[in-house]
Amino acid sequence: MQRSFLAQNPSVLWFIAILAVFTVVVTLMSEVTGVGLISTSFVKTLGKTLCLCLVAIAMDVVWGYCGILSLGHFAFFGIGGYAIGMWLMYARTEGIVMTSLAGQPIPPTPAEISDAIGNQIFGVVGSSEFPMIWAFADSLALQLLMVVLVPGLLALVFGWLAFRSRVTGVYLSILTQAMTLALALYLFQNDSGLRGNNGLSGLQNIPGYQDVSQATVSIIFFIASALALAAGYVFFAWIVSGKMGSVVKGIRDNEARVRFLGYHVESYKLFIFTTTAVVAGIAGALYYPQAGIINPGEIAPIASIYLAVWVAIGGRGRLYGAVIGAAFVSLLSSWFTGGGAPNIDLGFYVIQWTDWWLVLLGFSFVAVTLFFPKGIGGLFDYLVRKPS
Amino acid sequence: MSMLLEVSGVSVTFDGFRAINNLSINFATTELRAIIGPNGAGKTTFMDIVTGKTKPDEGQVIWGEKNISLLGMSESQIAREGIGRKFQKPTVFEAQTVRQNLAMALKTPRGPFAVLMHKKTKPNAERIEDVAARIGLSDSLTRVAGELSHGQKQWLEIGMLLAQEPRLMLVDEPAAGMTPEEREKTTDILKEAAKTRAVVVVEHDMEFVRRLDCKVTVLHEGSVLAEGSLDHVTSNQTVIDVYLGRAHA
Repeated sequence: MQRSFLAQNPSVLWFIAILAVFTVVVTLMSEVTGVGLISTSFVKTLGKTLCLCLVAIAMDVVWGYCGILSLGHFAFFGIGGYAIGMWLMYARTEGIVMTSLAGQPIPPTPAEISDAIGNQIFGVVGSSEFPMIWAFADSLALQLLMVVLVPGLLALVFGWLAFRSRVTGVYLSILTQAMTLALALYLFQNDSGLRGNNGLSGLQNIPGYQDVSQATVSIIFFIASALALAAGYVFFAWIVSGKMGSVVKGIRDNEARVRFLGYHVESYKLFIFTTTAVVAGIAGALYYPQAGIINPGEIAPIASIYLAVWVAIGGRGRLYGAVIGAAFVSLLSSWFTGGGAPNIDLGFYVIQWTDWWLVLLGFSFVAVTLFFPKGIGGLFDYLVRKPS
Repeated sequence: MSMLLEVSGVSVTFDGFRAINNLSINFATTELRAIIGPNGAGKTTFMDIVTGKTKPDEGQVIWGEKNISLLGMSESQIAREGIGRKFQKPTVFEAQTVRQNLAMALKTPRGPFAVLMHKKTKPNAERIEDVAARIGLSDSLTRVAGELSHGQKQWLEIGMLLAQEPRLMLVDEPAAGMTPEEREKTTDILKEAAKTRAVVVVEHDMEFVRRLDCKVTVLHEGSVLAEGSLDHVTSNQTVIDVYLGRAHA
């Protein structure tokens, strides 16, 4: 009578299959194989989109399934990006410095090397000292650990404080938004140790692989993003199915009832909040090497709100809904704001989509919320009749 | 008779309104008890205190053979100690099936990790089916709880209580909105449950209380006004004045 996890969740198999076909097709069409129908920059866009889909399913689990409208998950995404960015920037700068110092008659001391790297990285904010937080930047393994550890710990501490005090609903949303804003404002400072509003740049260059073409690098990151999305999808589908899913959805629908059943609601919320924050961090660590640059603007509160909008438009409470929402809206957004959409000349006024896209998005959000609360993903309910 | 729950000298005040006033009430390990009283008598607040939702200003709530104080314990800890509660308005998880509702309530480890690693087992499935049979929902296990009728939702919530295997069941107005046949069945379920545990029913409906045929406690202005058989308390002049008198006014 025990049905397997996949048999109970046919959408997981469908999703993996579609994602696999998509990944193979894009790879074959890319410049790596010589076909070149898909440009390297578009491969990067697609790879980034997959990372956004990953953070969107994390958002869907925390909001759509557990009912916690976190407006801070993009901050965790950004932290993941910064964590990997520190290593990328340090290691690449180290390489450049070593090359330039190699010709000197007297071999440079370790202090001189460190100074030179510091100058290169922090000269832009008028400093050459390495801040404390860069202590592990020379180690890829440790920085990869930071990708999961920093968002995880931040979410753990923040969530523990908030959930323990039984902060829920809109108050919790405001609190998460405040956390995001505080983090962004901190990072904007020049003495934050992360180069202020310059952020970290040159992240598309992978240290030690300078000779590898960007076409290859982009495909590797694209495939890595697809694998991460697939793994994240299976992982979250497993969490929200079965008894854990029952409890989590119960918390969303009636927190007090779950409590009187004997479940320690706060622990469950903390588990979901922290797990999704970690996945958001991983998604960010894959995204920013493809974007090439991260700056505090990326963490701004509006980004976390967009995340919620994607999930709402795609369909809350179903993982593929979050994927559809994130992919559809973010690709459409870059089409409209990137000048892809033709302006509409009304004679007396020209609608320029770079300005009007946000208005369109806002109206879509309102329309979806009012008329299609199940979002785009809800359309699948018409296609697939649920077996009763 | 050993006592399962002893509430003594409990008072609680909300914004100057004394909802519970020096209340003392005891329950035996196996008994069926009805608590009646006019609106505002403190029936629901009493349940809130026992289940940990409300902290009293003073007084003691002592539980079980080991005489543990329930004050200072969280709602979930108290639930794990063996106190189950059914709300006045049926609160089941409407988006989930009857089976999922019962499975969530079933007495199994409650920690997140245990729940994450939870495997469906045959004994557990049998327990769920057993509970479903007792509440008459055997044929509805795969139905979504939101589709059930009002009466069935009430039963499902009682079933969730039974699945929790509590030693004390606090049941708030189980018969509200039920047809006479449904009421009769509810009475049977509660009487059966009270054979092995304490069942406390808060009810407005005198006819329903009469059918329960058990000891009755009358609450008024936050303390016990009278206690005994239904005939005994309804012949008490003070009870007639404050409860029945007001009801007729």
